[in-house]
Amino acid sequence: MPDPRFKVLTSASTSGPGDAGRTGSWRVERPVIDYSRCTPAKSGKPSCHLCWLYCPDNVVSKAIEPTIDLEYCKGCGICAEECPVEAIKMVSEEEFIAGGNDE
Amino acid sequence: MSKKLIDSGNAAAAMAVQLAAAEVIAAYPITPQTPLTEKLSELIAAGEMDAEYVAVESEHSALAVCIGAASAGVRPFTATSSNGLLYMSEQLHWAAGGRLPMVMCVVNRGIGAPWSVWNDHQDAISQRDTGWIQIFAKDHQEIVDMTLKAFRLAELVHIPVMVNYDGYYLSHTYMPFELPEAAEVRAFLPDYDYKHTLSPEHPESLNTVTLPDARNDINGVKQGSYMDIRHNLHQEMCLAMDVWEEIDADFQQRFGRGGAPILDPYCCDDAEFVVVAMGSIANQFRDVVDRLRQDDGLKIGVLALQMYRPFPIARIAEALQSFKGVMVCEKGLSYGNQGALYADLKSALYPYPARPRLHNFITGLGGREIRTDDLYLALKTACLQDDLTTPVQNDTPQWIGLQL
Repeated sequence: MPDPRFKVLTSASTSGPGDAGRTGSWRVERPVIDYSRCTPAKSGKPSCHLCWLYCPDNVVSKAIEPTIDLEYCKGCGICAEECPVEAIKMVSEEEFIAGGNDE
Repeated sequence: MSKKLIDSGNAAAAMAVQLAAAEVIAAYPITPQTPLTEKLSELIAAGEMDAEYVAVESEHSALAVCIGAASAGVRPFTATSSNGLLYMSEQLHWAAGGRLPMVMCVVNRGIGAPWSVWNDHQDAISQRDTGWIQIFAKDHQEIVDMTLKAFRLAELVHIPVMVNYDGYYLSHTYMPFELPEAAEVRAFLPDYDYKHTLSPEHPESLNTVTLPDARNDINGVKQGSYMDIRHNLHQEMCLAMDVWEEIDADFQQRFGRGGAPILDPYCCDDAEFVVVAMGSIANQFRDVVDRLRQDDGLKIGVLALQMYRPFPIARIAEALQSFKGVMVCEKGLSYGNQGALYADLKSALYPYPARPRLHNFITGLGGREIRTDDLYLALKTACLQDDLTTPVQNDTPQWIGLQL
């Protein structure tokens, strides 16, 4: 155990959204969940949740309809890669710029 | 019962590590460190030491294994020399920045090119800014005692410690030394307990990316970022000097040896001149000083520096300010400048109005023989220069023992 006079500052932290800052601004592609394919959403039971398990930034909620915290999601696409029923698609952020598509 | 024996410095280090009950040994053999790790692997293979010996493919991996072990709450040890230490360099910064307690013996050797397997201090000196605590032993007993105390220091201050001893001069020579009783060492060195120990019950991310600014963690608590963490390392490394003195006092009470954990003076009480050095050469200087006192009536002493990082700025300046002349003799330098120790020491003395005359000597690089006669002449000349009414400050390093 460290001597109580020592604070021993490190970047050790419990994992969670925002562990590496507001990484949402890094995102080039956004994961979009199709709940008509998503296993827990379809079954209404807490099942599968591989997206929650694999997300390196803990931004996917373990809910019947999993949601993604876009403030911190950096758009790595691991959830889309891991989803066994291909319910998650990575969509270009350009698609979400207000009016971007209409012009 | 403690036991007295005669053996090599490398064997002394290995037996100290056995007594300290290190649990993971990860090391790559390199001259002149090899017999130390061989001895540890023998002790483990014979069942005399309960530790995992990880045979790694490089020094970089050796220290990476120690970093992993320390993160998992396990007491690691490694050892290296020369180019092996440099191959670890990236991981040295990592272990210190991650505040991971561990002990490493560095059996000091010159750095190539050209190749040299012989002793000097350039390996340790070149890694002085990594955030490791660096201590230097002068004899086999100090190797044993410093290694035991180093484990306790590392684990109390959460900063890794490098125990340096001279290749061949200490690693391969035989000297008498005393090994303390295992049960007494256990009482002196409690089990290693790391506050961030990796465990599935308490998942944590260690040494994750930091952004330039401090920020709130997921619980809304403000957490320091890179600069704050590094500032804390610096502050607590300086504070580690006090803890080192406290550990030494406790060690002395338990085992009867110690009392000079940072500066070890010899014949300094009435001295006008003093030579400052690190490692085994500081003991060689005791003979030189005896002769200068006897034959030449010069009041001169030796101040061995036992701890180089953190640098004991105030302690060394207080100790040296009243001398007429100070000779700094080292086995390494900051190329294109001066001896690294000389520059540090000169800077420490700057705020003091009564500053001594300073001399810088470089000697013994790549194992070049350090002749006691040469040291005698160099010190005598320096003392006589300082006695002149208008002494000349020669700020360039003087090399002892050049053959060309």
